[in-house]
Amino acid sequence: MLREFVERIKQGYRTIPYPKGEAVLPDRFRGKPKIDGSACVPDCRACIAACPTGAIGGADKALTLDMGRCLFCADCAAACPEKTLQFTREHRLAAWAREDLILRNPQSAPQAPRDPTRLSLFRRSLKLRQVSAGGCNACEADINVLSTIAFDLGRFGIQIVASPRHADGLLITGPVTENMKLALEKTYHALPPPRVVIAVGACAISGGPYIDHPEAHNGAAAIVPVDLFIPGCPPHPLTILDGLLRITTLEA
Amino acid sequence: MSSASVLRIHNGEAYPCGAMPQVGMAEFRAHALAAIAAGARIVAFFGVPRSDEAIRLLLVLAQAETGMLSLLATDLRDDYPALTPHCPQAHWFEREIAEQWGVRPIDHPWLKPIRFHRSYRPGRDAWGRAAANEILPCVTEFFRVEGVEVHEVAVGPVHAGVIEPGHFRFQCHGERVFHLEISLGYQHRGVERAMVGGPTSRSVPYMETLAGDTTIGHVTAYCQALEALAGCRVPARAEVLRGIALEMERLANHTGDLGALAGDVGYLPTASFCGRLRGDFLNMSALLCGSRFGRGLVRPGGAAFDLEPARAAELGDRLDRTLKDVAGAVNLLWESPSVLARFEETGAVSREVAEALGLVGVAARASGLERDVRFDFPAGISRLSQIPVSSWQSGDVFARAWVRWLEIQRSAEFIRDQAQALPDGPIRTTVGPLFPDQLVVSLVEGWRGEICHVALTDGDGRLAHYKVVDPSFHNWMGLAMALRNQEISDFPLCNKSFNLSYCGHDL
Repeated sequence: MLREFVERIKQGYRTIPYPKGEAVLPDRFRGKPKIDGSACVPDCRACIAACPTGAIGGADKALTLDMGRCLFCADCAAACPEKTLQFTREHRLAAWAREDLILRNPQSAPQAPRDPTRLSLFRRSLKLRQVSAGGCNACEADINVLSTIAFDLGRFGIQIVASPRHADGLLITGPVTENMKLALEKTYHALPPPRVVIAVGACAISGGPYIDHPEAHNGAAAIVPVDLFIPGCPPHPLTILDGLLRITTLEA
Repeated sequence: MSSASVLRIHNGEAYPCGAMPQVGMAEFRAHALAAIAAGARIVAFFGVPRSDEAIRLLLVLAQAETGMLSLLATDLRDDYPALTPHCPQAHWFEREIAEQWGVRPIDHPWLKPIRFHRSYRPGRDAWGRAAANEILPCVTEFFRVEGVEVHEVAVGPVHAGVIEPGHFRFQCHGERVFHLEISLGYQHRGVERAMVGGPTSRSVPYMETLAGDTTIGHVTAYCQALEALAGCRVPARAEVLRGIALEMERLANHTGDLGALAGDVGYLPTASFCGRLRGDFLNMSALLCGSRFGRGLVRPGGAAFDLEPARAAELGDRLDRTLKDVAGAVNLLWESPSVLARFEETGAVSREVAEALGLVGVAARASGLERDVRFDFPAGISRLSQIPVSSWQSGDVFARAWVRWLEIQRSAEFIRDQAQALPDGPIRTTVGPLFPDQLVVSLVEGWRGEICHVALTDGDGRLAHYKVVDPSFHNWMGLAMALRNQEISDFPLCNKSFNLSYCGHDL
């Protein structure tokens, strides 16, 4: 027993001060993209050609970028001759509406407001069931990490629970494979209403790299109504946490 | 084996498809079974569609003692005599061949789908299912033990934790498991088929999300294949960066697994410490490339991000600090009799069973098999700088945990050495067009074990066929065997000690 105590002291206190403290992100972190089409070379389209998931649309000054499809690979930024597209270090990406994930030139998508009244029931306690429906285990891993001591999800009144019967909401990852469609539907209906559905990651929002695959369904919204979208491939744990904090108001 | 009927190849080198001798089925079988009886191991065994409606079966065998792979090929149109009755290693592969190409391996003892999708040859189905019949995942026969006191436990696809979906059926007598059957396919996204006709801008994202926790492993295997097909030489600095990233992936996952194993036996200090420490390793990957999973780091032709001196120093610093904490957290396990009592003799897989099933990676090494791509078939940096193979004899949960701990120490040492002595020069070069009608087998030792990608190009230098064998494909059967005569309450512990990939298997 003594050894455990000594080791506990050595390991120290490791819970990050988020959201009150600063979000610590690596310098090469690729967060919210920024578009400035004013410098676009007419008819260039290099970024559109470079994007693996067709996230970029329009052209020149009407350029758009769909964060719901974006893998944050930055191949577009690398292909751009004029720095029209850049990735900022902004990690807060969640949105209540699918269309709010589409960045337009030059204004940016709005920050999702906190605590809309429709979800006020979950303000102080939010129990979530996670379903991976074709997820690659990266989104899943970075959801899991929120329950570790570093993020300590419990202090916000949020908990991942083992049964949909105990849950207020569903955290969905993956493009929803044909083989997981039925299980996802059943899990959703096993949640007692009112319930909230959160799509985590490019796959669950749009299909991600698996857009238009016959084996998948282009994301969760094809199967169940989605309330909150958290983009990324995978989203950083802080992006997911920030998204969840759009719903709850309990702050540690 | 007569040399005329096989093509001997090296890991990560391209060969003209024409160099591959075609033999008749009888010769194919005779050679394959003789080689396997003499100690060769199945690395990949799959069908490739031919323009004339036939299917070419390709078998890649590993002969570790020579450091070479051998390739056997035969064409078939219809059913063929299965290898599985003589060679259990072929079991899962032949089920895949049957499902993908609608050919029946005759006398296969347990021929059932593994991913639950339609055959890739329209109109051909190994089980004679009509096109109108819906194929539902894991709706199939299951092995059943009959008896008054025997009961069946079914778990999944949706599990209690935040993990991927799969279906497990236990035949139990009280707490004791007679048999576990594993049925997967829920994660099937069609990656292999989507790779055909490439490379495209989506090829790298497919590889990075094939199994998200093995981003570096799979994308490195892909790049190695592509570079061989294009005759491209990767700069030395990039090879070191890839090696560092690969070992970083191993550190993060092994540390996470040791924490999860501690959690599964209710030993919370290590579970709690390792949960955080795994994240610290992921953050070191993010230091390299901005992504905790190494997304964007490895690219065809090299690496997309450099490790400058200041960054390398920071990496070394963080590595030392984290490793010290990992040692403190993990050594608690070996000093706690209650933990050891639960780890030891639980879920043991004997060396003989591991060998018969063709297990790879940690699971194989924990059963005393010295199998490691970095040692047996080195490519990239492991040709120049070798990490010693870590193994243990007991084959139980303890062995799989202990091998992870040994590997953590050796991987950390490797990263520390390499980051201090990066070769000068560029980190990336351009990959030209792929040579037409070539084939390559690319192996990488991912944190779970041997990753195999086989790529074939067509006459125009596009990918004509792409085959992925995740280590999980070899090892799921090992988990089923580990559960024999165990208590069902030990399933989570045994499962975590293998920690196999669902999406890597389902593709």
